Amino acid sequence: MKSFKIIIASIVVTMFASCKDKRKPQVQYMPDMYVSVPYNANGVASAGDVPVNRLPVAGTVNRNGVVAYDIPNTNDGYDKAKAELKSPLAKNEENLANGKKMYGIYCAVCHGTKGDGNGILMQREKFLGIPNYKDRDITEGSIYHVLMYGKNMMGSHSSQLTYKERWQVVQYVEKLRSELKK
Amino acid sequence: MQKLYFYSMKSVNYHSKLSRILLNSLTSLVVFLVSFSVNAQDVDVERQKAGRKLFNANCASCHKLNKKSTGPALAGVEERRSNEWLKAWIKNNAALRASGDADAIAIYEEYNQANMTAFPQLSEKQVDDILYYTTVGDPVTSGGGSKGPDAPVLESGAPKWVIWILGAAIVVAFLIIFNLLKTVSELKGAPKTPGLLGQSAELWAGIKKNTFLHVLFVIFGALITAYFLFGNLSKVGVDQGYQPVQPILFSHKIHAGDNKIECQYCHSAAKHSKHSGIPSLNICMNCHKNIAEVAEGTKVVLEDGGRVVGKAELDKEIAKIYEHVGWDAKELKYTGETKPIEWVRIHNLPDFAYFNHSQHVTVAGVKCQKCHGPVEEMEELYQYAPLTMGWCINCHKETNVDLKGNEYYAKIHKELAEKYGVEKVTIAQLGGKECGKCHY
Repeated sequence: MKSFKIIIASIVVTMFASCKDKRKPQVQYMPDMYVSVPYNANGVASAGDVPVNRLPVAGTVNRNGVVAYDIPNTNDGYDKAKAELKSPLAKNEENLANGKKMYGIYCAVCHGTKGDGNGILMQREKFLGIPNYKDRDITEGSIYHVLMYGKNMMGSHSSQLTYKERWQVVQYVEKLRSELKK
Repeated sequence: MQKLYFYSMKSVNYHSKLSRILLNSLTSLVVFLVSFSVNAQDVDVERQKAGRKLFNANCASCHKLNKKSTGPALAGVEERRSNEWLKAWIKNNAALRASGDADAIAIYEEYNQANMTAFPQLSEKQVDDILYYTTVGDPVTSGGGSKGPDAPVLESGAPKWVIWILGAAIVVAFLIIFNLLKTVSELKGAPKTPGLLGQSAELWAGIKKNTFLHVLFVIFGALITAYFLFGNLSKVGVDQGYQPVQPILFSHKIHAGDNKIECQYCHSAAKHSKHSGIPSLNICMNCHKNIAEVAEGTKVVLEDGGRVVGKAELDKEIAKIYEHVGWDAKELKYTGETKPIEWVRIHNLPDFAYFNHSQHVTVAGVKCQKCHGPVEEMEELYQYAPLTMGWCINCHKETNVDLKGNEYYAKIHKELAEKYGVEKVTIAQLGGKECGKCHY
């Protein structure tokens, strides 16, 4: 008779346990095999409560050997980049194709797929007055400079794109601009 | 006594409601009259429209009417500066500054030497239209009255608990009547029935003696137990449907759905890294530097009983970003005081399984939605897939290797296709089922 009661009790318990609250995570079996011992790359704090995600020390050169961008974020810097900075990439289809892909992800939402400043955020009036590329006097150096630092309401996109991808985007923007100017 | 108290409370309630209604109708009347009088000032609608269009196309990226942006707020600028000065500034502000105009240099310095674009292409009339628009402002939308202070919705009818209490009282009353009737009939001499309890006790005694029923019950009980035990044990560590409350009410539906921002705009690490990346706050600020408020009528429906979160609360959620990133929304400056946002992690593979986003996103070209579900429709994010090993393996068995732009796999693909005698090799046949691929 006692075993009966135990069976009934266990059924009731499991039935209650299966009513899961979706705001809470499930039970884990041996959580030490689930949870990483090192600091989690998506985690918040590491040793001494210092955030895990931090900017590299100023002037850091990454392992691909790309030298840090050293033109300052000033009006003079902008003029300098506009006049002197040149793309290190060859102008070819491969670079252009990836530039188009990256432009579609990071730029088109505001600047529009054609570069006419009529992206979806403009259409929905989240942003206003986004210029058409053909109305602005820009060079590959100044496009790269603005990608690095942003300008006015545009923020910096250097953290989302790699060195190579930025120059590929520049190449694609120049292509869009020449098409708009026709 | 209690009843009396209850009614008096109610009447006070009605009193306050009545006065509220009166007050509301009065305020809406005033707002209506005011808007009417604004309309009565003859606004040249055509010029206003033309000015607004020009303003939005040329000025609005840096200027707002009533709020500081990259440049100063422009409402009423004609009262602050002379028309000639404004025209000279708009056409070519650099030349005006070079001519030594003190006002021009002062405003340039005040706004961190942000170079305003010169607009030599605008005609005199166009500049005048823009200035006219900054003076008269936006057109008052029709039905100005409803734009006034939101009338609080009057909750109609009695509160729910009153209904419950009334219902319970009715049930109790019926029981009492039933008992009374029964007692009356027994007093009249009807035979005493054993009652519900007595009957079930007899039945239970019968069941206890029956061996066949015993065996049946044990088998049935064992099956049910096994079913629930197995079902629950297989859920251990599987967080499908997990939908925690996040520190900021971020709606993927608004961002990825309505505004069609690409997943990788924010999760930019997915293309090169093991992790898809939780965006750092500078990415939020790329847009939210400009967007401090959600649009009128934006709402988010929460999972908890379908609670609707409106504009007032959502604006506070945006303010949370500013607090964390240290952005002074009034002065438009970073204060330098930052603190991290502690997002609650949803998708979490155990540490003994290796997974790489870039291999799936960049090499295989798998859409994010294949594993993460319709994220662009989720107000609050939840885990769509079970993320179990069986689920991974199934996809690897079913999916063919995509050779487009994947020359790296061309040679091995040809060899394996010959070996297995198939045209297209699946991921599993390429080694995507090997233990060591993910567990090492």
